[in-house]
Amino acid sequence: MKWDEFFVTGEPMIYAAMVSIVLVSIAIPVGLTYFKKWGYLWRHWLTTVDHKKIGVMYIIAALLMLFRGGVDALLMRAQTAIPDNGLLDGQHYNEIFTTHGIIMILFMAMPFIIGLMNVVIPLQIGARDVAFPRLNAVSFWLFFFGAMLLNISFVIGGSPDAGWTAYFPLASVEFSPTVGNNYYSLALQIAGIGTLMTGINFLVTILKMRAPGMKLMKMPMFTWSILITSIIIVFAFPVLTVALALMMLDRQFGTQFFAMQNGGMDMLWANLFWVWGHPEVYIVILPAFGIYSEIIATFAKKNLYGYKSMVYSMVAISLLSFLVWVHHFYTMGHGVMVNSVFSITTMAIAIPTGVKIFNWLFTLRKGKISFTTPMLYSLAFIPIFTIGGVTGVMLAMASADYQYHNTMFLVAHFHYVLIPGTVFAVIAGFHYWFPKLFGFKLNERLGKWSFWFIAISFNVTFFPLFILGLNGMTRRMYTYSESTGYGPLNMLSMVGALGLTIGFILLVYNIYWSTRYQPREVTGDPWDARSLEWSTPSPVPEYNFAKVPVIDTLDAFWYSKKEGKPLTDEDDYEPIHMPNNNGQPFIMGVFFFFFGFFMVFSWWIPAIIAGLFILGTMAYRSFEKDHGHYISVGEIERTENALRGEKE
Amino acid sequence: MKIDHSLPLEYSTEENRLKILGFWIFLGAEIVLFSTLFAVYFTLQHNVGNGPAGSHIFELTPVMIETIVLLSSSFTIGLGVHAMRLGNKKAMMTFFGITLLLGLVFLGVEITEFVTYIHEGATMQTSAFLSALFTLLGTHGMHVTFGLLWGSAILMQVKKRGLTPETANKSFIFSLYWHFLDVVWIFIFSFVYLKGMM
Repeated sequence: MKWDEFFVTGEPMIYAAMVSIVLVSIAIPVGLTYFKKWGYLWRHWLTTVDHKKIGVMYIIAALLMLFRGGVDALLMRAQTAIPDNGLLDGQHYNEIFTTHGIIMILFMAMPFIIGLMNVVIPLQIGARDVAFPRLNAVSFWLFFFGAMLLNISFVIGGSPDAGWTAYFPLASVEFSPTVGNNYYSLALQIAGIGTLMTGINFLVTILKMRAPGMKLMKMPMFTWSILITSIIIVFAFPVLTVALALMMLDRQFGTQFFAMQNGGMDMLWANLFWVWGHPEVYIVILPAFGIYSEIIATFAKKNLYGYKSMVYSMVAISLLSFLVWVHHFYTMGHGVMVNSVFSITTMAIAIPTGVKIFNWLFTLRKGKISFTTPMLYSLAFIPIFTIGGVTGVMLAMASADYQYHNTMFLVAHFHYVLIPGTVFAVIAGFHYWFPKLFGFKLNERLGKWSFWFIAISFNVTFFPLFILGLNGMTRRMYTYSESTGYGPLNMLSMVGALGLTIGFILLVYNIYWSTRYQPREVTGDPWDARSLEWSTPSPVPEYNFAKVPVIDTLDAFWYSKKEGKPLTDEDDYEPIHMPNNNGQPFIMGVFFFFFGFFMVFSWWIPAIIAGLFILGTMAYRSFEKDHGHYISVGEIERTENALRGEKE
Repeated sequence: MKIDHSLPLEYSTEENRLKILGFWIFLGAEIVLFSTLFAVYFTLQHNVGNGPAGSHIFELTPVMIETIVLLSSSFTIGLGVHAMRLGNKKAMMTFFGITLLLGLVFLGVEITEFVTYIHEGATMQTSAFLSALFTLLGTHGMHVTFGLLWGSAILMQVKKRGLTPETANKSFIFSLYWHFLDVVWIFIFSFVYLKGMM
């Protein structure tokens, strides 16, 4: 490979990106040195095993990726805003919609949710950390370096360009000759292993580390949603692992799995991908349902309506999620029987989902609703998501799907599900749990402004796509002629996209503004909420709970407030055992990054060396003796007194 | 660290119990991984293209040796865990050592078998069937290889530190892993080789 092939050349936008990458990578070390923050960064963040800090790092990474994926989206909308536009060429457009999909699903939605669950789950169940804190750090760094690996692809070697679904034969070496899809197979593999470990970690945490008395049916709904999500992760992600490995073998080692000759079967890829891919959709939506359940119950000041049916419907959704994958390719020519079966299973999902929608509505009924920012997102979610759901049932009908398959109607549908479903939920959850992490609320006025911008612009952006799709505009089409008549609605969609941009910029500005000016919050329970995390002081001390609370009911914290009896007696503390910080997960992530990078370019010798380093870190970990440390009673008392104020 | 002496050493601390549950769940994920590989294999097993079919290349003798060796190793590691529960460090180490040696023999035979296939012109690139076969067997073989490295590391720790809650926990988890590889092999033996030879 020559150097001029190594770097992507010939596009002014790419050069600008390169310059900005170089500037940022100079600015970060210079800034760290100038402010003398190297030690702080290493000791408090890069080596941390604290679930709250890991959660914060996930969320920061997810916000960065939201902007990266958002720029991709803006470029796509700008390219299609007017007919015969020449802003992007076809290849560049392919790369942009591919990375937009990968980044938004895997490196924005997933980490945002995993970030929130890291922050919230141990607090909600009365635990002091997750079951495997060190593994949790490994998960984060594998995700992070997987995401970085994918992100350098657009300046080094070329981005993946076969769609986020990377269907064969298009994604084969023959039709996608750049290293783009090698990045796809390796970056997703590395991040995916991290996600699998997260699933195992939270499954064990929730099953084994709940506060005494918290039976499964007394868990908060968000914890329930994460329990079920973790099970889906454990059973879905290995399929992705295999699919990506086979892709790598086909592209880089000449095997014939998805080839068009020698007995290969390109449809096998589509099946494997969606056997993982459809459960993946529920991995990002079920936690969102959990977040909404928490927020709606809190701000309606009522118990969650139909707790048990909420749980059962999530279990039903998780089972059905593994039985619907074929609906992504009805048109690929299986028999009528196969299509009918998958049509029915797909439509069946609407039933448990409908149950949940009605449960939220009944929770709101006769509630004393306070319209805070998180509540606004939750209220907007219900009608908008229902549009997404109803169009989903339309798409589920196999015979009708032949009409909308791969049109903008589909694009509009899944954005109507994923944005009000997942994105609104993570933003709502972010506003809701922000004071728990940092000790002050985000500004409500700015929050509401950004909410209205996002909610209205979302509909302006995506509703026209339904009509465009029904008029026959196919997805992934980089340009069209004026005579098609697609121009005006695409332009409207572009206007909406600009509004969304303003909304998201306001959101980030709100974080900056609130950090500087928002008053500190001292109660630990700013929303008058229901679950255990609000019984801790804000910001939460390292050990979470000075004494582990004892639970006898759902929303035990709420009832303890109403009845005025505390969940624990605060006197006799015991020393608390906590894990030590450690730099190995970060170092391991770096090795994985280099391993992935060398593999992308088929540089075998360096790849093997990096692989040996990975094994080396595992061996080092095996032989190391690390028994954690104890926090003394005196230190707990000092911390608690400082955070809660002296007891009279 | 609270140690509960009423339980076996590997279960005696909270951390140990969490690790064992976590590993069982990991094995659940591994079952999905191998199930997917089996599904790929079953889908592609008749897609031989211009290459040989399974019945042309499979030979019973090496496969029988591999099977007997691996099944015996599962038995010896069981004895090893039993010795560990009796607190007999030396017997435990011996049985674990035998297990790893049997694993090494298995790996040797498997590699020889691969070399034979390749000499007969049946490479991973020849046909979809062979791609699936090599990937399934290779993934299992790589698990065994990793197991050899992991098991050796644990043996060294047991030798140096004795049977503590920590080393006993690691040894026990390793035995779960090893039994799992054996189970996968039984499926490979039955549904890849025996069925393929018919």
